[in-house]
Parts: sequence; C-alpha cells; structure tokens
Amino acid sequence: MTKIAFPQMGDYYIPATYLLSHIFPNDQIIQAPKITSKTIEIGTKYSPEFVCTPFKYTLGTMLECLEKGAEILIQMGGGCRYGYYAELQEKIIQDLGYNCKVINLVTKGETNIKRINKLLKQINPKYSKIKNIYYSFITIKMVKYMDIIDDYIRENIGFEQIEGSFENLKQAMLTEFNQTKNYRHLYKTYKKYLKKFSKLKTHKPDKRLKIGIIGELYTIMEPFSNYYLEKSLAKHHIEIKRFTNVHYLLFEKAKEYKKYQKYAKEYFHYSLGADASDNIARCKYLCESDYDGIIHIKSSFCTPEIGAMPIINKIANEYNKPVLFFSFDSATSQTGIETRLEAFYDMLEMRKDK
Amino acid sequence: MKDCYLGVDIGSISTKGVIIDDNNNIITQAYIWTEGNPTKAVKNLLNILKQNLPDNYQIKGIGTTGSARKLIGLMLKASVVKNEITAHAIGTLTFYPNVRTILEIGGQDSKIILIKNGIITNYAMNTLCAAGTGSFLSSQAKRLGIDVKEFGDYALKSQNPVKIAARCTVFAESDLVHKAQVGYPKEDIIAGLCKSVVLNYLNNVGKGKKIVGPIIFQGGVSKNKGVVKYFKEILKEDIIVDKNSHLMGAIGIAILAKKHKTGKTYSLEMKNLKFQTKAFECHHCPNSCELLKIYRNNVLVDSWGSKCGKY
Repeated sequence: MTKIAFPQMGDYYIPATYLLSHIFPNDQIIQAPKITSKTIEIGTKYSPEFVCTPFKYTLGTMLECLEKGAEILIQMGGGCRYGYYAELQEKIIQDLGYNCKVINLVTKGETNIKRINKLLKQINPKYSKIKNIYYSFITIKMVKYMDIIDDYIRENIGFEQIEGSFENLKQAMLTEFNQTKNYRHLYKTYKKYLKKFSKLKTHKPDKRLKIGIIGELYTIMEPFSNYYLEKSLAKHHIEIKRFTNVHYLLFEKAKEYKKYQKYAKEYFHYSLGADASDNIARCKYLCESDYDGIIHIKSSFCTPEIGAMPIINKIANEYNKPVLFFSFDSATSQTGIETRLEAFYDMLEMRKDK
Repeated sequence: MKDCYLGVDIGSISTKGVIIDDNNNIITQAYIWTEGNPTKAVKNLLNILKQNLPDNYQIKGIGTTGSARKLIGLMLKASVVKNEITAHAIGTLTFYPNVRTILEIGGQDSKIILIKNGIITNYAMNTLCAAGTGSFLSSQAKRLGIDVKEFGDYALKSQNPVKIAARCTVFAESDLVHKAQVGYPKEDIIAGLCKSVVLNYLNNVGKGKKIVGPIIFQGGVSKNKGVVKYFKEILKEDIIVDKNSHLMGAIGIAILAKKHKTGKTYSLEMKNLKFQTKAFECHHCPNSCELLKIYRNNVLVDSWGSKCGKY
C-alpha cells in the first residue's frame, strides 16, 4: 500500500481525490490539509528566495503531506517556470531527508496520455488503463460542472439575500460530488444543484458594478493566496467575471489561444508564456464589453505576467478603463490590499454615477 | 444652533482634524503628531478642537480616514469611515474642481490620483517600501541634525544638488553618509535628498501615468519647499500647493460626513471614554491569526484579524 498525496489548490482536491482513490483502490490517498499561514511559512522557509509564490505554497502543502506520511507526491507542470517545479521540489524534499518521489504528470504544458500511463504504472503496477479512462472521464465532467457552477456563483454571490446561502449550498454540492457513483449519478446531482442555485434568492440591481479578474493561474484559483479577493469583492456587491479555471487550462486553452491571438493581434504576435497572452486578449474583451473595471493579480516574480502588465496598461488607457494591479507575496499586508480595493470600488462607483 | 462636521485623518506620523460648516468653510483645525498612539493622539486632537469651537455649533457628522481609520471610527462612532485616496480626491475637488492630477506624499505612503471631469479615473499607491516618503525625510533630517521643518529652506540654498541613489531607503542612507563623509556641503546633500524623493516618486508611483496640469501637491511633504521646487523643475508644470494641503484628507472626509448625515448629534467629550485594545494569538488552527479585540467602556465592540470568522 502506497500513500499518495498532491498539492492543494482551491476546491479541486475533491475531483482529484475522487480520481486517485478509484484508479488506485488499494492505495491510500492523503488529503493535504487546508492551506494556512503555517503552510506558506514552511514553504517559504525551504524555497529559493526569488521563486514565485505558487512554488512556496505547493512546497508547503507537500511538506505537510509528508508529515502525514505521504510516499508519492503528484505535481502538474505548466507553461512557465511551473514546468520545472516538480524536479526542484523533489530535490528540496530529498535534501530535507524525506524518502519520497515526485511525479510530474504534465511537462512543457502538454498532456501526453502515453507518458501519464507510464508514470501511473510506476505508482502501482496493477494499475488499469481502462479504469483510468473511465474515471478520468467522470472526473473531467465533475471539474467542468464545478467550474460552471462556480461561474454562476461569481455572478450572483454579491447579491444574495440570505448571507452565506451560496457558500452553504456549494459545500453541500461538493460533499455530494465526493460520493459520486457513476456518470449518471454525477449528472443528476449537477442538474439538481443547478436548479437549487437558480432558485436561491438574489437582488440584482441594474446599476451594479461588474469587474473582471485576470492574472496568474495559481494565485487566481487558490483563494488563500489572493487573500480572498473574490470574497471581499462580493461583500461590496460586485459581479465578478473570471476566465481561468482547471477545465479551461486542460481542454480549452490550446484551442482558445489561436482565437485570442487573432482577436488581440495588434497587441501581441508571439506567446508571452503561461497565461500572459490570454490575459491580454481577455483585457481587450473586458474593455470592449460593459465591465466597469479590471483587476489583474499575480504572485510576486511571475515573469510572464510582468511582461503582460505594460500591454494591459496600454489597452486600458486606450479604452479608458481602470485597472488595479496586485502582486501577492508571502508577506503582503492585508490592510494595504483593503485600502486599494476600497479606493478602487469608490472610484468605480463615482465613474458609474456620473 | 448651527450644524458642523468633524473630519479626522489619522496618519502614521501626524493626526489631522478639521471642523467644517455647511458651506465647507473651516471653523477650526488641529495638526498634531501621532507618536505611535492613535487613540491618545485623537483624544488630544479633540481637546484642541473643542476649545476652539464656538458654542453655537453642534456636530452633526464624524468621518475618519487614514491608516487608523477603522480603529478611530469605532472609538468616535463615526458615520463615515473611508480610505485616504477617496478622501483626498473629494477634498481637493471641492476647492479645485478643475484639477487633473493630485500628487500626495505622506508619512508612510505616497499616491497619485488622476482626475478627469471631476471623476477619479486612475490612482496608484506605493507598495511595500517607505523610500521617498515623509518618514524617510524626517529620519534623514535627524541624521543631519536639522529640524525637518527647515529642510526646504536648506534645499533652496543649494546650487548644485548631489546625486543620491534613492531607489531604496537603506541604500539611500548609506549613499548619504558616504556623500557627507566625502565632504559635500549640507545644503547640497539636502537638495539631493529632495530631488531623489521626486525622482523616486515619479519612477515608482507615477510610472506609466500621464501627469497633466493643473497639478496639486499635498500631504505633509508638500510643505517642503525643496521637494516642490524639484517637482516643478522635473515636470515642467506649475505645482499648486494649497495652504491647507496637509489637511486635505481631513477636509475630504468631513465633506463626506456632511453628505451622509445620520441625524444624530455627536459630542467631542472623550474624557470619560475608556477605549482599550487587547491583542492575542488564536491557536485554534495552524493559521495562528493575530487577533485584536476592541473594547469601548469595557464592552467588546469588534475584533479584527480572524481569517475563519470565529471571532
């Protein structure tokens, strides 16, 4: 019996645990503890100083999983430095004296099924390909449904009439998703909750503020690392639009990129790496539609987004839309974020009133 | 009885208070040092204001702004608690409706606010570091043995300011010590410091922002003639410094308090008020939140810092 673990990001631990526990029924899946200040503290302690913050967060959760006895850690790569995280993190973990293997399922931003099969066989030789295909299908659908519901929540949570109604219903949904039996069951649960969500009472004024959030993927998807930005916006009764989610990254990105490139061809010719080019096109889209403002978030030292920032600034100037830039680090002050957000919100209101 | 409104701006270095009437005229004002104790500073401030306030006025609204706005807002039961960016913009727009750019350098932070047709269109605030702010200037003044109020006059005397690397406070300080030890005259070093504050501001906060006139410069540092001179020189535009430039945040928040009348009448009497804060660390989960409990006359009114909402 092997103990398998993976780093924490948002609510995606639910589909990930679901998949792993079904394709490795004889192994134990260790769920990473929720990210806390301690996670980032130990993550920072053992990370290179100028590495980007997602590295510190994932290393922190990995070390917490190792404390719980994990033997194999699963990590995903990305289209930037993230692609090399797994190797470096494995080295750091081994230097700390843990006997552990880190498996990188995605390298160079590509998902190669053959390679993944090979790697999964290393975890357990009895692993069955057919089972993997079946459960991967369900998991992918689960991720898709979660993302659809999340988009709906983002648009409406700022206007809920009973405080916490959206949050509570979402938790109930996630618990039920966790107990999915087969695809039909999953689909039924999803439809049921979609109905329940649409029945939740909201009060949406016509003159509401709409903000689009763009930026670096990990910081955008893990609420702890962006200091619960979406929550504080919802408290100000703002409708939120966010593009990045796991389903987008895995299945839509490659296809969308060409569209984005054509759409924003006056702003970039070549890819800027990771999500930076996507964000430039999204910024143009937000400027052209009826959004009141844009918030760009990234972790400190995120190179692709640093490259995108001047271009985003230029687009916003051309369209006369305000952009707020946030750079989150392990040592960002909460008050500073609040002051800037409050001022941003006041400014948008003033613009809207006139 | 006539109505009036109190605005309090509690900054990191100084605490400012104004009382305005219905026509935005300043009835009385006060400017004192915060000295790291905002509650005590505000109590002193209110005492000064109260002595100068004519008897036929009653306070109909209180607003707080500045970095201690939340705490003092609770203490005074303020009707409006707003961030300093909005307060400064509102205050300035009331007196200068045509303003396009507001430059603001305070004790710990510096901001730039861009305005078009009376609406804020963009703003920026310095991040993380205090280089090029008031506290940096005042600590350097101490090092050179000069009162910070005379800083500007010294700077104006200089004919050729030295170059000081002011990207970072720590580097600037070592560069300054070096220049002093090599034998540069004091005036040139001070002028260099003032110039470096301007350059640092324009490279950091003002980066990518189009600065168009009329430009208004405010915040504590705007009282420094040297900094004003170099802003004029580098931007090649006229810089307006209001005689109340240091009070603009307080005036702005007082105007906001006037707009959000609650109908209540407030008292400036704080002698019997017991206002306490207690800090402790929660060990319920690994987050180890630093919590602050706030007591008003021994009654818990609020607690801050909890990530999970337990407190």
